[in-house]
Amino acid sequence: MVSYILKRILQSVLVLLIVGLVAFAMFRFVGDPIDTMLGQERTMQDIERLRESLGLNKPFFVQYWDFLVRAVQGDLGISYRQGRPVAEIIAERLPATLELAAVSGLFAMVFGIVFGIFTAIRRDGFAANTIMTLSLIGVSLPTFLIGVLLIYVFAVELSWLPSFGRGDVVQVGGWSTGFLTQSGLVALILPSITLGLYQMTLIMRLVRSEMLEVMRADYIRFARARGLKDRAIHFRHALKNTLVPVITVTGLQLGSIIAFAIITETVFQWPGVGLLFINAIQFVDIPVMAAYLMLISVMFVAINLVVDLLYVAIDPRLRT
Amino acid sequence: MTFRVAAFGAALLATTALTAAEVSAETLRWARAAEALTLDPHSQNEGPTTTLMHQIYEPLIVRNHAGEMEAGLATSWEPSEDDPNVWVFTLREGVTFHGGEEFDSADAVFSIERAMTETSNFKELLSSVSEVRATGPYTLEIVTDGPNPLLPNNLTNIMMMDQGWAEANNAEAVQDYAAGEDTYAARNTNGTGPYVLQSREADVRTVLSANPDYWGVGEFPLAVSEIIFTPIQNPATRVAALLTGEVDFIQDVPVQDLQRVNDADGMEVITAPQNRVIFFGMNVGAEDLELDNVDGANPFADLRVRQAIDIAINREAIQQVVMRGQSEPAGVIMPPPVNGWTEELDAYPAYDIEAANALMEEAGYGDGFSVQLDCPNDRYINDEAICQATVGMLAQIGITANLSALPRAQHFPLIANGETDFYMLGWGVPTYDSEYIFNFLYHTRGEGRGSWNGTNFSDAEMDEMIVSLASEVDLDARDATIAQLWEMAEEELIYIPVHNQILNWGISDGWSTLVDADDSVKFKYFEAE
Repeated sequence: MVSYILKRILQSVLVLLIVGLVAFAMFRFVGDPIDTMLGQERTMQDIERLRESLGLNKPFFVQYWDFLVRAVQGDLGISYRQGRPVAEIIAERLPATLELAAVSGLFAMVFGIVFGIFTAIRRDGFAANTIMTLSLIGVSLPTFLIGVLLIYVFAVELSWLPSFGRGDVVQVGGWSTGFLTQSGLVALILPSITLGLYQMTLIMRLVRSEMLEVMRADYIRFARARGLKDRAIHFRHALKNTLVPVITVTGLQLGSIIAFAIITETVFQWPGVGLLFINAIQFVDIPVMAAYLMLISVMFVAINLVVDLLYVAIDPRLRT
Repeated sequence: MTFRVAAFGAALLATTALTAAEVSAETLRWARAAEALTLDPHSQNEGPTTTLMHQIYEPLIVRNHAGEMEAGLATSWEPSEDDPNVWVFTLREGVTFHGGEEFDSADAVFSIERAMTETSNFKELLSSVSEVRATGPYTLEIVTDGPNPLLPNNLTNIMMMDQGWAEANNAEAVQDYAAGEDTYAARNTNGTGPYVLQSREADVRTVLSANPDYWGVGEFPLAVSEIIFTPIQNPATRVAALLTGEVDFIQDVPVQDLQRVNDADGMEVITAPQNRVIFFGMNVGAEDLELDNVDGANPFADLRVRQAIDIAINREAIQQVVMRGQSEPAGVIMPPPVNGWTEELDAYPAYDIEAANALMEEAGYGDGFSVQLDCPNDRYINDEAICQATVGMLAQIGITANLSALPRAQHFPLIANGETDFYMLGWGVPTYDSEYIFNFLYHTRGEGRGSWNGTNFSDAEMDEMIVSLASEVDLDARDATIAQLWEMAEEELIYIPVHNQILNWGISDGWSTLVDADDSVKFKYFEAE
C-alpha cells in the first residue's frame, strides 16, 4: 500500500514536470513580451537590453530550470504586466474563480440530478422530451454564445441582472467573497449558468441512463412486487445506487469547471484566474502564464491522485 | 419550495434595481477594453496607462482636445535668451500634492531625471536633455545637447512626482522588471492632479475621487466627483453594460454597435478623428524576399510595383464596407494634427485597377507573384478585416497575398526582428511633429533611430536631413526640411497609407465632453447635463 502511494506520487511529480516543460516550450510561440513592455518609443538597444535582463535569450530549458528552482522556493516571479509578485496576484484572483466554480458545480449537480431523475421516470412524457431536446442545444452551443445570449436577454432586454463583474465583495481574511452581499449574489447568477450548463446536461444524461439501468434491476422488480409506492422505489432504492458513479464523475468534472472558467470569465469580465490567464497570454506575461498552468496541472493531478487512492481504499482487489 | 425560491429571487432583483438607481449623479462609471498596466507614471508609455495617470498626476505642459499645448504645472516656457540650448520654465505656485506636500522646482527636477533613467519607458522622449536644473523655487531650466526647439512637445506625458514622497517610500527608481522588484510607486500614487486614487484592484475596479485642493478648481468644470473605472474586454459585454446603464461612459464602442448605441434612449456616440494612421509597410531593401515565389529578385524593390499596390487599394471601399464609414482615408502616414501635414500630401490616388495592372506589366510582374501579408488581429480597429479586404484587392493585380493574422505579441516582434516582407502597422504621433515619424519609420535602422522601420529602407541623404531636424532652431528652415523630407518619402513610397482611425466614445446623456484626439480622456473637462 505504502509503495503504491509513493509510486503514484512520483508519477504525479513527473507529470507536473512534463506539463511545465511543454508549457515553457509553448511560450516561445505565444510571442514576445518585449514590445508590449516597452511601448512605442523603444529603440533597438532597449529591446536587446530588456531581452538580456529578462533572460529571454537563454535556451528555454535553462529558463524553465530557473523557473523551477525559484518556484520550489515559493517564488513565482514578478508579473511583467502588473509589476507585482505573481503569487500575490493569483491569491487575489483565486477566490473569484473558486466561488464561481462552486456555484456552477452546485447548480449543475442539483439541476442535473433533478432533471435526470425526472426524465428517467417520465421517460415518454412531453416535458421529459422537451428537457432532453433542450439539453442537446445546451451541449452544442459554445459557452461564449450562451453567455452573450444570457446577457442580451436578462441584462439588456429585461434589466434583471448585471451584465458584467462580481458586484460588491467583502474581504474575509485573505479571501474576497461575493456571497455576503446582495449584488455579489446576483452577479453570480448568469456566469454560473453559463459555466454550469454543459456540466448540468452531462450529469443529467448520466443520471438518466444510470437510473434507467437500475430500474431494470431485479431488486426494483421485487420492490414493486412487494407493493411499495413509486416514490419509495424511486428515491429510496433506485437513486442511492445511481449516485455512486455520478459523484465520481462530478468530482473529476470539478477540475474542468475551473479550467473552462476562462471563457465565461472573459465574457462576464469576471475577475478570476481565467481572465488573468487570458490577459497574460495577450501580454505574453510569462511568469503569470507559467504559474497558472502549473496551478491548473497541480489541481488536476491532485484530484486524480485522491480519486485513485480512494479507489484503493474502497476496492480491496487493487491492493496487491 | 420552488415558490419560495422564486419569491426570494424576485426580491433580490427588486432590490438591485433600487440600488442601481441610487448611484449619485456625480459618480461617473467608466469602462474601456484595456487596463492600465501600472501606477508608476514613468514606467509604461502606453495609452491606457497614460490616460489613468493623467487623472492623478500632471505634466508641466498638457495637450487639450485639439492637441494644442496648454499650461499644466508650468505656467510659461520659452527658450533662454542667453543660451540657445536652454529652455526656461516658470512653474505654477501654490500647488500641493494629494499628500499635502508643496510642488516646487526640486520635484520637477527629480521627476524629469527619474523619467530619463534606464528603466523608464519615457527616456527616448528626453534623449536630447543633458541637464535639468532648478534656478529658483519656481523656475526651472532644461539644457539640451544642441538647440531643441521642440522640447516642450516631449514633456506632455512626463508626470510630476513629489521627491520627498518618492524618497521616503524608496521609489526613486522606476520599476525594473528584470530585477524582479516590486515597487511602492507601482501600487500607490501621490500626484497633483484633479483626482485622488481611492482604491485599485487591477483588472477589476479603480476608484478615484475629486481632489478638493486641486489648483484648477474654478478653472475646469470638474463635474465628476467620483470615477469608477472597470476594464471590460469583451466588446459585446462592454456595449451591454452601457445599454443597461451599468456604466456611463465607454471609450471604445465597436463600429458594428454604433447605430445600436445611438438609437438607444439616454446615450449617444461622440466621435473625433484619432491621432493614429494605419498603413502597410513593404520590405523594399532586401535582395530577395523570404516568403515570396520570385527567386533572386525582390518585387517590392521596384517602385512601379509599390505604385501599383497604392492604386489597387480601394480606400473608399475599405472605409464604407470594413469601417462602416468610421475612418478617414489617407494619402500620407501622418495624422492631420501633426506639424508638417498638408492637404496635398494627404490626397490619395484614385483607385485604378487598369493603371495598376499596366504598372505591374511594365515592372515585369504581369503574371503577378505571391507574398505573405502579416497583420495584427487585436491591435487596431478591424485590423484583420482591413487586411482581408486588401488581399482581395491585390488579387485583382495578380498579387497573391497570403494573410497571416496574429495577436500583437507575435506581430510586432516580426517588425522588430525584420522577419516580415509585407505588414500592417499603425502609428500615433504624441509629439505632434513629423520628426517623430521620420525618426522611427524612415531613418535607417540603427541603435538609436529607425527602430520601427521594418522596410530595410535606407537613404543616407534622408538620414542626414532627419538628424538635422533635432537641432534646427530656425523653425521656418526646419519646416522647409520637413516638407522636403515628405516629398522624398512620397516619391519612395515605402509605406502605403490606408486611413486615419476615428474614435467613438459612448456616453450617457447625463454627461458631455469633447473627444480627445489622443484617446486620452481627461475627466476634469466633463460637464454634467
